Amino acid sequence: MIYRIIFIFFLFVGLSACEQDSLFGPNALNNNVKGKLTDQTEQYFITKIGDRILFEVDNSGLTALAKVTLNSQADWLLLNSEYQVLIEGHADEQGTRDYNLALGARRAQMVKEYLISRGVDPNKISIVTYGKERPVENCSAEVCWSQNRRAVTIVNALSKG
Amino acid sequence: MIKCFTFIFLIIFITPIACFSQTEPLRIKITDGVIEPVPLAIPKFLSEIIAVKEISRNISSLIAQDLTKTGLFRIIPDEAHISRVTNFKASVSYSDWKAINAQGLISGAVTISKLKKQLCLDPRGCLVVKFKLFDIYAESNFFENGQKIYAAEPSDWRRLAHKIADDVYFYLTGELGYFNTKVAFISESGLKNNRLKRLAIMDYDGANVEFLTDHSDIVLTPRFSPDGTQIVYTSFKLGEPHVFLMDLKTRRSLVLDERNQMSFSPQFSPDGESIVMSVVSDANTDLYTLNLNSGIRRRLTSGPAIETSASFSPDGSKIVYESDRSGTQQLYILPLGAGEGRRISFGGGSYGTPVWSPGGDLIAFTKKSGRRFHIGVMRTDGSEERLLTSSFLDEAPTWSPNGRVIMFFRDKSGSRGTSSIFSIDISGRNLRKIVTPNSGSDPSWSSLLN
Repeated sequence: MIYRIIFIFFLFVGLSACEQDSLFGPNALNNNVKGKLTDQTEQYFITKIGDRILFEVDNSGLTALAKVTLNSQADWLLLNSEYQVLIEGHADEQGTRDYNLALGARRAQMVKEYLISRGVDPNKISIVTYGKERPVENCSAEVCWSQNRRAVTIVNALSKG
Repeated sequence: MIKCFTFIFLIIFITPIACFSQTEPLRIKITDGVIEPVPLAIPKFLSEIIAVKEISRNISSLIAQDLTKTGLFRIIPDEAHISRVTNFKASVSYSDWKAINAQGLISGAVTISKLKKQLCLDPRGCLVVKFKLFDIYAESNFFENGQKIYAAEPSDWRRLAHKIADDVYFYLTGELGYFNTKVAFISESGLKNNRLKRLAIMDYDGANVEFLTDHSDIVLTPRFSPDGTQIVYTSFKLGEPHVFLMDLKTRRSLVLDERNQMSFSPQFSPDGESIVMSVVSDANTDLYTLNLNSGIRRRLTSGPAIETSASFSPDGSKIVYESDRSGTQQLYILPLGAGEGRRISFGGGSYGTPVWSPGGDLIAFTKKSGRRFHIGVMRTDGSEERLLTSSFLDEAPTWSPNGRVIMFFRDKSGSRGTSSIFSIDISGRNLRKIVTPNSGSDPSWSSLLN
């Protein structure tokens, strides 16, 4: 944890100069919901942008729907560059523990690469896999499994202190 | 004196054959197949002083439990005994034991010895157990000196009982036992979406559970070192999965791989000097060995596929692991030092978590086919695949030190589903749940201990 705090501190120092660029960057101007995207709260990111995307069974490919969400995430992140991003990759329970850790890492990495392709600074993004260790839904049916096969983008405000 | 027959159980994929012989000693040959349990008599061990009355009864009943649970032996209840063992030194009345069809007799006596007091911390002295093992039909004692003696702390009586059961198993089967062993595992509580996990060890039968971590971090896949003094495991203590090493004596743990990469699925080499583990770099999970003395890390696999769940061959020259390079998880064997991984699993479905057997001839694995999970074994060339179990989710086999039994864990489906540890003989028989205080997963069976 301490490493992460130090890491985030240095990132803030390093990134503070970039804020202005992204506020007026090409992505921001092209976005027709610019007003809403400038809502800077984490709550807005989670509820309005959507903090998670879902995956097919045993698959780390991004669905069309997932890309729509990730496009919005990228646009918001470009406008709100004071945030550090952690992408969690998760799997459902229908797989072995080790494989699911590897699969979760692959899913998180796919999201990271996609956000980078949309202009988000690679140095702001870190990934973690939870494999099948942290499901959100408990039932053993597709209705739950589909919610558990996910990548969650967690935004953490950089300290302005 | 007329010598009666001695049963020798030869089980070679067929039903038992009773051999009638005048001279063959009592000896069970364990192979795959159906076996008629051998009847044994284990009269309550004598207590030479009143203070050990309860302990001596517990010891003989735990020996009986160990042997019964193998499925190879049946214990004749004390009520059926004609002859009573009232004096450890008295000669055995073989005809009385033959009359109730006992083929083996284990007699014992327990005391607290002040002579050995200096060896034990308990102020009363050491617990001392003497025992004898008789072949009833051969009318002989198995032990050259007539008896064996073990001593330990009185609180350690279970270990003594397991050691005696291991001796009996060894003398009657010719193979080392697996009773005086420990299992490292993950103790679980809470619902699936709020599960708390703690690293723990227990005796092989679920007794003496000790927790090694609290539940503040996710911990996974512990593995015993070959000498039983250390555990490697995966912990989220640093916020993401990393491989840790814990010394069981000091209970201190340290992270083995601090590079800015996630690591998991550790497994010791047979000499205990290295581990093999999975390391994530970018989207790719690959296998690395790490020498624990030199700290030198060596990459074993590369390429875009997931390679994980590696296990060393008993001679340390090869690893078996899973890779999804073919599109599904399959098992591969890689000679260390040179060469490419060679695929060995070709059945339908996907295969994971391969573990090399102690004898080197078999690979145990988890197989998923359709929506069912199985524990199975196959030869190292992939032939003779046999599935031993089937359920909603069976996972993570670990071998008994003699290679006769596999432990694994089973997840129950549903919102309130929990995990339990089970054992099963490699014959596919004798499925048993290991009773633990909480739910349990990710078992790792130790070697035979002292």
